[in-house]
Amino acid sequence: MNVFILMLLGIVGFALAGLAVFGWALKSGQFEDPKGAAARILDESDRPR
Amino acid sequence: MTAVVSACPSGLSAPSTPTPAQDPSAFVVQKDGVKSLDLIVKGASCGGCLSKIESNVGKLAGVRIARLNLSTGRLRVEWSGQLKPRTIVEMVASLGYGVTAFDPGKADIESARAERRLITALTFAGVGTAAVMFMSEPLWFGSDLTADIRNTLRWISAAVALPVVIVSGQPFFSSALASIRARHLNMDVPISLAVILALALSLYETVVGGQHAFFDASVMLLFFLLIGRVLDARLRRRAYAAANELASFQTATATRLTSGGRAEAVRVVDIRPGDVLLVAAGERLAVNAEIVSGKSEADLRLVTGEVLPVATTAGQTLHAGAVNLSAPIQVRALSAANDSLMADIARLLEAGEQKKSAYRRLADKAAELYIPQVHATAALGFVAWLMFGATAAQAAYVAVTVLIITCPCALALAAPLVQVVAASRLFREGIYLSSGDALERLAAIDHVVLDKTGTLTLGDPVLGAISEEARTARNQAAMLARASHHPFSRALVKAVGAGPIAQNICEIPGQGVVGTINGRHAKFGSASFLGATASGGSELWFAFEGDTPVAFHFDDAIRPDAAKTVIELSAMGIEVELLSGDGEERVARAAKAAGVRKWRALASPQSKAAHVKALETSGQKVLMVGDGLNDAGALASAHASIAPGGAVDVSRLASDCVFSGDSLRAIAQIITTARAARARMRENFAFAALYNIVVIPVALAGWVTPLIAAIAMSASSAVVTLNALRIAAPSRSRWAGLP
Repeated sequence: MNVFILMLLGIVGFALAGLAVFGWALKSGQFEDPKGAAARILDESDRPR
Repeated sequence: MTAVVSACPSGLSAPSTPTPAQDPSAFVVQKDGVKSLDLIVKGASCGGCLSKIESNVGKLAGVRIARLNLSTGRLRVEWSGQLKPRTIVEMVASLGYGVTAFDPGKADIESARAERRLITALTFAGVGTAAVMFMSEPLWFGSDLTADIRNTLRWISAAVALPVVIVSGQPFFSSALASIRARHLNMDVPISLAVILALALSLYETVVGGQHAFFDASVMLLFFLLIGRVLDARLRRRAYAAANELASFQTATATRLTSGGRAEAVRVVDIRPGDVLLVAAGERLAVNAEIVSGKSEADLRLVTGEVLPVATTAGQTLHAGAVNLSAPIQVRALSAANDSLMADIARLLEAGEQKKSAYRRLADKAAELYIPQVHATAALGFVAWLMFGATAAQAAYVAVTVLIITCPCALALAAPLVQVVAASRLFREGIYLSSGDALERLAAIDHVVLDKTGTLTLGDPVLGAISEEARTARNQAAMLARASHHPFSRALVKAVGAGPIAQNICEIPGQGVVGTINGRHAKFGSASFLGATASGGSELWFAFEGDTPVAFHFDDAIRPDAAKTVIELSAMGIEVELLSGDGEERVARAAKAAGVRKWRALASPQSKAAHVKALETSGQKVLMVGDGLNDAGALASAHASIAPGGAVDVSRLASDCVFSGDSLRAIAQIITTARAARARMRENFAFAALYNIVVIPVALAGWVTPLIAAIAMSASSAVVTLNALRIAAPSRSRWAGLP
């Protein structure tokens, strides 16, 4: 029974972690320019700013 | 004019004519010594464009950041020091891209914020649904669960579902409340009711240790519905932004004269009544203004639909949208840009009032049918179960399950999803819809009224058939024409191409250009200017001093595909008509070239609107297509309306739809897509109705379990979604068989 509750809490914990990651991605502009990101990956002179 | 090639190294984007660089200094934002500027770049579509633009702009002195967003086509530049903003714009223009400064504006920021809220709600609902589903699965299938475990699972589900519903349900709850306050039920009322009841029933069942809990149903429902909402909001914002960008390429800045006589660049929105503006030859007027000084000609195509320029003198009033042609003039602004626009829109709304309010959307009609029937059924079920000896709790359970399982998930998704798919398909073709229900109105069209100048025609005249003498003289004539902004001169230059300019050039407003070619005095201009006999009016004459003048005739070029489009529209059972403010002869010629049988010339703005209204009263559903200020009234009173990208602001805002590009084919395409969308919507509504007919008896019998609810709801949403996606599939072109 205890194991069972532990697992459930684990599931909820993972869900919250996923939520947090998505929230971070949204906030830090990961979805602002998907087309540009796809092009930049091939550009050697491009350095993260 | 040089040959235009695509600036994009991969050739992915169509060549764009580099725009004359405006002074963007009015758009520069300064903060802590760092200046920044946002630009719209047209024609950039690959990684090559990206690095070309970023590296070249980045090399300019003082530039710290030059970052191009390839998805939105916006370039952000930050710099410090003395770099002139005009240099940045000129650099991008010299690389071969269209560029203009832009101001995001309040509406843009507001809609971006609303979209972000929806995405947050969607994320919560998605994660919540996944978490609750983990727990539901053993509840559905684990027949050997002990009561202890069952209760634990339920309580954890409750702990997840409750905050999720509170957060993610917000968009629906607030809309439902607003609609109840307005005493008009919309689809969000039954949705909110179903979600809240499902949650309340589940909490009750969990507390008393009852049979079934519907936590999964309540969060899943929100998740599905929010997907539709997010797509809808995103598309609407993109279409709005795209249509706005078309506009910002027209007039972004103006030149204001300060009291000290200094010229400064200002944003159009910052112009105040009484400001004195300097309008260069070739510049478009952004506000209504009175001419203070300067003799010139004005191109009123967008204002009245007339192709021939009109002579202007001091004291005359010019409407926003007029283009100053031959000489620079000074004008005094009579209104602020927004005021004149606002006033015009207010007038239009008055004219077209009955149209917007009389139209009831399909979804609203469905909601009005659905809500009373389903709620009455649930109430009846409650009473019937009581009468047959059930306890109040049992009877309430049945009534609530009826509301949960009939929750209009499919019904609520039926229309918006179709609209999203259809609108995004049009978006890819460069057609921007202003609202979703525009599609429903466009689908009903059976009569199209076209404006001539700028709509049926490209708006820019082209050199017509020329005589043998004119052919030999055209290179010399072009040497004079290159100095002029007169539309006919530009047409000649376009036909001849780049080349030298004559010496000692002087443009005489309303008459023509004089200059010296190889030491000989030459004139290029109107018939009276050269002493020739006029024939028709759409021609210019050229002669060396002492020689006989040679005529150049100009036509108002019909858009490519205009004739094809007219055939296509007739094949769709739509009557086409031409209604223009221009002269009889030119309208007749354009009508003939496009194959339009019914036409009317010399129509005033009032008579255009009246004509459209008369057609509407006679029961026809009119689609008005127009671009000018003179079309705005007709656009607003028509059942649906379309404006080309080059239209004046008022016309663009009065329209349901804006198309970019030169091809008139867009009109046929819009109607075809709208009709397909209407058919899909009707199918979806029919399916949703069928679904309810099947599930209501099941619910009334008390057989609904959480598992059945989950399957029924997700299956119905999936069917509706797949049906909507059928529009996105490329249709077999109806153009294939046409010559």
